[in-house]
Amino acid sequence: MNILSVRGVSRSFESAGRAPTVALQATDLEVSENDFITILGPSGCGKSTLLRIVAGLDTQTSGEVLLDGKRIAGPGSDRGMVFQSYTLFPWLTVLDNVCFGLRERNLPRAEQLDIANAFIGKVGLRGFEQHFPKQLSGGMQQRTALARALANNPRMLLMDEPFGALDHQTRELMQELLLGIWEGERKTVLFVTHDIDEAVFMASRVVVMSARPGRIKLDRTVSLPHPRHYSMKTTPVFSELKAELTEQVRAEVIASQQLQAAS
Amino acid sequence: MKPLTPVLPSTRIALGISFFVLFVALWSAVTFSGWVSPIFLADPLKMVKSGYTLLTEMGFLKDIGMTVWRVVGGFLIAAAIALPLGVMMGAYKPIEAFFEPFVSFARYLPASAFIPLLILWAGIGEAQKLAVIFIGSFFQLVLMIAVVVGNTRRDLVEAAYTLGASDASLVKRVLIPGAAPEIAEILRMVLGWAWTYVIVAELIGASSGIGHMITDSQALLATDQIIFGIIVIGLIGLASDLFFKWTNRRLFPWAQLGK
Ligand SMILES: Nc1ncnc2c1ncn2[C@@H]1O[C@H](COP(=O)(O)OP(=O)(O)OP(=O)(O)O)[C@@H](O)[C@H]1O
Ligand SMILES: [Mg+2]
Repeated sequence: MNILSVRGVSRSFESAGRAPTVALQATDLEVSENDFITILGPSGCGKSTLLRIVAGLDTQTSGEVLLDGKRIAGPGSDRGMVFQSYTLFPWLTVLDNVCFGLRERNLPRAEQLDIANAFIGKVGLRGFEQHFPKQLSGGMQQRTALARALANNPRMLLMDEPFGALDHQTRELMQELLLGIWEGERKTVLFVTHDIDEAVFMASRVVVMSARPGRIKLDRTVSLPHPRHYSMKTTPVFSELKAELTEQVRAEVIASQQLQAAS
Repeated sequence: MKPLTPVLPSTRIALGISFFVLFVALWSAVTFSGWVSPIFLADPLKMVKSGYTLLTEMGFLKDIGMTVWRVVGGFLIAAAIALPLGVMMGAYKPIEAFFEPFVSFARYLPASAFIPLLILWAGIGEAQKLAVIFIGSFFQLVLMIAVVVGNTRRDLVEAAYTLGASDASLVKRVLIPGAAPEIAEILRMVLGWAWTYVIVAELIGASSGIGHMITDSQALLATDQIIFGIIVIGLIGLASDLFFKWTNRRLFPWAQLGK
């Protein structure tokens, strides 16, 4: 049973005095339960747009998006999102940030704290419950954002380059952390990234989008076993897939640059 | 000196006080030397002496009490209405479109120019004083609060929605707490302006208050009393400002971080 169906979804942005920008063209994507799908593609090809439509933060121009067979109408707690920018509420402590969605559901405070503390532990932030976001490093803020999204127990987790602003080492630790949590919780994840290593390492499926107007041009299953360890990044299976994806993404990046040069 | 580098608290206080000292020194120099005639400017010593007489013998404390009461009263009424209206305008664009043009217009109406009209309507009693302060602060408050609330970071709003927030709780749990420190700053600033309105209102038609004492002293050419009155206003203003700043730091520790 598919949890998410994206059918013929397109999105164009009107702009005064110019032809509308087609950000996404008739895109189809079927996501089944427990998939970890990473999305690669050149900058500006509509990855964020696709994710925002699934989140309900943006509306498609045509096509439909079904979650558990029901049309998506606006954002909801069944689709948790982690953004590239730091979006913790600065006036709340780590603990209260993680409790935000639970409080919204009017859970008793004791239950909120149990759940929040469990996830704060899972992302390795025990001892920082009473810190404010500005007192945390970027990596810690993104871990809190991850805990905040997971605490809501969403059907799906949508992540738009969540580790994009982090340094390489922190990034690799975050990948292992997220993968560990995914192996434990078996959430369904849509994960946008620019990093091909990251895309292959995390994914059960990798999709590559074409230059703008974007659509999905390649869809590969990653058959690396779980639990994954960073040493797998040197195995032949990993390298082969990485080489193919690099080639494909490169072609699209070049195409998108030519497109820009032409316009 | 390096741009934007903070100074030690002790250094900051010392620097702040030294300007006051410099100011009084200059004042003493021009008055004690006889360079400026006492008719125009009393010297500091005379000012302190007559200030003491004002307080102990002429019931000036009651005047101060009246003025403070008027400012606080008028300002609280203005804030009590401006807060909910400003928040609603910031959050809901149709409400903003309805009120904003009028409020923008009303904001430029000078409160002091209303005084003759208000005397006609409300006499020279307390209602008139409160009305002047209300007119002077209400429209400014509404507009500034609406702007701050409307400028809430959109990514925080989106994050709240993906966490299941309803529209009502978005206002209650994101827009208001996010804007709260800046709203408190606005209240602090506009309270300062309210002080100037109350004095003007008291200068024109009143039988008590600091402004009233100042007009009385003018008739007697008592520059020492006038200056004492002005300094008292300044001191109360400074004290309320410090109190506000201190409270804001207490209430919103998170807003101080990274500054
Ligand atoms: N609100 C908007 N108004 C107009 N055009 C937009 C808007 N949002 C996105 N676009 C356009 O849609 C296209 C796709 O944008 P999108 O943000 O989805 O790209 P992306 O794949 O996420 O890029 P990146 O990898 O750089 O994040 C871009 O050309 C962008 O200019
Ligand atoms: Mg993007």
